[in-house]
Amino acid sequence: MMAGMIFVISILTLLQFFVSYSRSLIAESRGHELSEEACEICGLTARTAAGDQFRRLSELIALCPESGGNGNKLMVVSAYFHLLGFLRPLSEWTIPSATAWIEAERGGCAYLAAVVLDRRIAYNRMIVARQASHSI
Amino acid sequence: MLGPVNYSIWLAVILVELFSLVCLLRRRGYSQHFTLLLYLCSCLASDIGNFSIIKTSGYDSNAYFYFYFYAKSMLTICLYFVLMNLYSHVFSEMGVGKYIRAAAMLLLAGTAGISYYMVATSANRFITHFVVELGQNLYFVGVVLTYLLWGAMAKLRENRTRLMQLVLSMGVYVSLSAGSYALNNLYPNHGFWQYYFPITSMWLPLSWAYTFLRVPDDARIATARVLVPNR
Repeated sequence: MMAGMIFVISILTLLQFFVSYSRSLIAESRGHELSEEACEICGLTARTAAGDQFRRLSELIALCPESGGNGNKLMVVSAYFHLLGFLRPLSEWTIPSATAWIEAERGGCAYLAAVVLDRRIAYNRMIVARQASHSI
Repeated sequence: MLGPVNYSIWLAVILVELFSLVCLLRRRGYSQHFTLLLYLCSCLASDIGNFSIIKTSGYDSNAYFYFYFYAKSMLTICLYFVLMNLYSHVFSEMGVGKYIRAAAMLLLAGTAGISYYMVATSANRFITHFVVELGQNLYFVGVVLTYLLWGAMAKLRENRTRLMQLVLSMGVYVSLSAGSYALNNLYPNHGFWQYYFPITSMWLPLSWAYTFLRVPDDARIATARVLVPNR
């Protein structure tokens, strides 16, 4: 009885902490200004991204070697994105007003993915430039 | 017997803890968050201790059995010190640090006492049952304390990004652990747990490593951007 109650409460708090943690990662990435090149690659025009772009951006990120420390962040936000994807059809059916919020959150996830991609591109460019200067 | 999967997970856990320790030392995070350093060192000591006992006495030995559970309890207590440190940072300007420490110690002693009482009055008085019960209760009190801390941070409009992420990652970990311990208490003899607990133990070192590596000490974000709207 006691263990069951602790389990239910813990799952609810886990959900709340996880959502807040993911939102803190997204909010932090909003401070990063995307380069023109990244905007072009990601198909972004303003500082917003559509949730549907997340998958494509994740695939592009997978092609770029890691610059260190961003893999964990992307994994967390990817889990958050999938959680939102699971909740979206449920909210359309139960709380239609929450759908817009969920879509905005999915867009936030996509923006974070664009920031990660931008950082990786910059890192790779730096590596290539360094190698070129060594070979000269 | 432990298989290659167990050893791989074990190695991954040690590497992640070492990586986090290096990040903390390189970014000089230990000056402000000494308890994080203490917790990571305790985790490493516990992992190495577990490994050496398996090598000398074997996985099925009583020595390993007791060492594993008592080390787990000690790590949970270290986690309390981390939580106290986070509390003292949030309430640093109010000068209530010693009251927080006293309250946390009382809570820790009270939880241990209640867990002991619950096991002592139950039919099966196994020492490991006490440790699982204690772990579940300590983590649950940790969940309540972290939730209160997060509530206070939201009320005080705390905007230090690093502190916010440390508290939230702690919230994720204690909630996950309390839920897992409760489920383990309900379904104890499942092989799944030997993989699950080491994997989840990587969460805190990984999130701390990210926070110290990527979030500058002076970074700020509005609390409202992190809170889930009540609509």
